[in-house]
Amino acid sequence: MRPVLPTLFACAVLAISLPVRADNVPVPAGAPPSFAAECGGCHMAFPPALLTAPDWKRVMARLDKHYGDNASLDEKARRELEDFLVRNAAGSGRMAGEGDPPRLTASAWFRREHRKVPQALWRNPRVKSASNCTACHSRAEQGSYRGREIALPELREKH
Amino acid sequence: MKEALLIALLSASAAAFAATPQQMIDGYAAEATRQSPGFQPSARRGAEFYARRFAVSDKMPACVSCHTDSPTQPGRHAVTGKAIKPLSPRAEAARFSDPAKTEKWFRRNCTEVLGRECSVAEKADFIRFLTEGL
Repeated sequence: MRPVLPTLFACAVLAISLPVRADNVPVPAGAPPSFAAECGGCHMAFPPALLTAPDWKRVMARLDKHYGDNASLDEKARRELEDFLVRNAAGSGRMAGEGDPPRLTASAWFRREHRKVPQALWRNPRVKSASNCTACHSRAEQGSYRGREIALPELREKH
Repeated sequence: MKEALLIALLSASAAAFAATPQQMIDGYAAEATRQSPGFQPSARRGAEFYARRFAVSDKMPACVSCHTDSPTQPGRHAVTGKAIKPLSPRAEAARFSDPAKTEKWFRRNCTEVLGRECSVAEKADFIRFLTEGL
């Protein structure tokens, strides 16, 4: 007879130790009222758990040079948003972004999760940018990234 | 009276301040008239402005880069690909109903696309075009 219990136990330990469940990354409760409008004006308002606390501090320190755009805020709003992002940031180094300011689309975690996505698809006009979560993840705004929700049929088969 | 309205419109801070697009046009037009007597908001000038290629930014050379040729249609952010609701209040009722929000986006997008802030006359023309069409 196969030893079922140890396997179950190993799975349980693994599940508990995973820092982020890849298919469920919501924006936590308690976001400042300005979060949706200020962080979601030009791109989806990304969940804080997609970057580490030092990353968010670097992002929020240079809003005047925000990935090629000037996204400056008044200091009160900036501080509120930074506190919220830092408080709910990822603890794992796998979520650390690369670049300055750091990009969440360049973390070890993001790259691994998207390793099956063909390079050409990132440049597809329907996608435009790796930061355009909703181009493929139809329920990303609700925090859900399940394989079956992927909007592009050519990708759905791979999940 | 018109100046009082303008001051109310422009000083509306983070606290949401409801207005109609027509009140916003009137506010900007009153200020433009002060600078240039006889100013009248023009949908035609607004349409020309909307379609003009300023070519200051490679990725966003014009309003239409993100908002498409027709402001009653949904647009798309030229860099991030995010969906943008139609800019015209005829298609999206909430447009130009919050003076602070309108000022914020004029400041950001004019700086990005024109390389400078927009004038009050340009703003009045722009909203008139978006509200009435041609």
